[in-house]
Amino acid sequence: MLVWSRSGRFIVWLLAALLIGIIFIAPLAVILAASLAQQWNGVFPTGFTLEHYASAAGGASGDAVFASLVTGLVASLLALLCGSWAALALRAQGEAWSRTLGLLFFIPSAVPSVSVGLGLLVAFSQRPLLLNGTTAIVILAHFVLISAFSFGNVSAGLARLSPDYEEVASSLGARPTYRLVKVTLPLIAPYLIAAFGLSFALSMGELGATVMVYPPGWVTLPVAIFGLTDRGDIFSGAALTMILVAATLALLIGLERLPLGAVGRRA
Amino acid sequence: MSDLAVRAAPARPNFNGLWVAPPLIALGLTFLYPLFLIARAALVGDAGEIDVGGFLSVLHSRAFLNALINTGLIALAATAGCLALGVTLALILAFVPFPGSTFVARLIDTFIALPTFLVTLAFTFLYGSAGMLNGALTQSFSLSEPPVHFLYSAWGVILAEVTVYTPFVLRPLLAAFSLVDQSQIEVAGLLGAKPWRIVRNVILPAALPAAIAGGSLCLLLTVNEFGIVLFIGAKGVITLPLLIYDKAIQESDYQAACAIAMVNIALSLGLFSLYRFAARRLGG
Repeated sequence: MLVWSRSGRFIVWLLAALLIGIIFIAPLAVILAASLAQQWNGVFPTGFTLEHYASAAGGASGDAVFASLVTGLVASLLALLCGSWAALALRAQGEAWSRTLGLLFFIPSAVPSVSVGLGLLVAFSQRPLLLNGTTAIVILAHFVLISAFSFGNVSAGLARLSPDYEEVASSLGARPTYRLVKVTLPLIAPYLIAAFGLSFALSMGELGATVMVYPPGWVTLPVAIFGLTDRGDIFSGAALTMILVAATLALLIGLERLPLGAVGRRA
Repeated sequence: MSDLAVRAAPARPNFNGLWVAPPLIALGLTFLYPLFLIARAALVGDAGEIDVGGFLSVLHSRAFLNALINTGLIALAATAGCLALGVTLALILAFVPFPGSTFVARLIDTFIALPTFLVTLAFTFLYGSAGMLNGALTQSFSLSEPPVHFLYSAWGVILAEVTVYTPFVLRPLLAAFSLVDQSQIEVAGLLGAKPWRIVRNVILPAALPAAIAGGSLCLLLTVNEFGIVLFIGAKGVITLPLLIYDKAIQESDYQAACAIAMVNIALSLGLFSLYRFAARRLGG
């Protein structure tokens, strides 16, 4: 305890409550309020309605929810596969190589998303790889942006994994594939799931690369929200944002609750 | 992939290294090859000749220079704000904890997973011309015009970025603070040191590497930020990522977009090296 006096502590807590309330809680609260409001002309919103959510359930907004979920799922699974493959393969490299290549796999996370989108647009607008205007280029853009996070998470898990388990499995005669599936992967399962959750969350909120490459038939949630607010329909935008937040948080909480202990013990 | 951890017998040729090829090819095709094409589009003319003049004329344009200055100033101001807010909150959460402070720390942490433009949209309701703050002010002082306009300027972008990126400073700072020896603080307190002096002489020096790592990560993320700037949509606030979007999508001027992208990527990679350097010092 740094502040000893009761009054001093009270002042510090008041400051914390003000900062956290204004900066972090107020934004979430007003979006929730706006998504349920009929009008907001004065200080507080007036009228309660579920109309914005009802309109989000069907039509263009429903399509956006679907597009975001599919994009997030496919891109995260691809990123998880590629990221874990890279992280596992780098263990067989020497120290110097594994450090250099590891850095290379991290770099996509440092490049601005708009530039990643621009690069894909330039690269895949010509034959033989004509992807411009397809759903695949959106998924590819998300994959590039999130693969570094999957790689980072899985690498962190492998770094904490004691080599003993794998060595014991080998000395007991486990073949490499069997050892990978039955020993290594279950042991790093929490990191795989964390990587997937973070990837999915980032993909759901991705905007910069998506606006560069999306075709008219595959509008993701952030792009749809921007379209709504740009046209002045901020209440529907707020409702769609709440759906995005709820979907992201539900996924992250759901993944956290998975019975990982059982997976680890069975191994 | 499966042969990884086995040490191959010395006599056998070792092909384990080849397992890294598939993800490397994926990275090359989806990331490095597009980057190369951006550089080529920026530097090579239509007839295949090296066209540095076109590249340089983009870099000398008023729009680019304005965007570069805006990007730099906004990123620096937002990072300073993140550090100030992050250090304040981390000090309180770590050393003057209140009931529920771990829950609050987790709540702030979830902001990392939320889309950045959420905050901008919320600010429209809070500080926009028809928002809560302006509504309250016009009602209580019976004004005819909304008095608060900062949202549609660089300040709106900076405040939104501070909200979104403070968790990236808070996280390493809380980790560093948890390693500070609490008995050291108690001894200093018993010897009569005022809280501010303990913070300055004991706590902050221990947290400096974490602050530098978090700050340089913030700098990188704020230079690359796109959603917040797009959603605020203020005429005068154009940053490098927004200018790339405008050139490519609105004006279909791909050469200019690629030239600006090269500068933006170079800037980001420079800041990324700074972050890696700081993070390694923190770890070692």
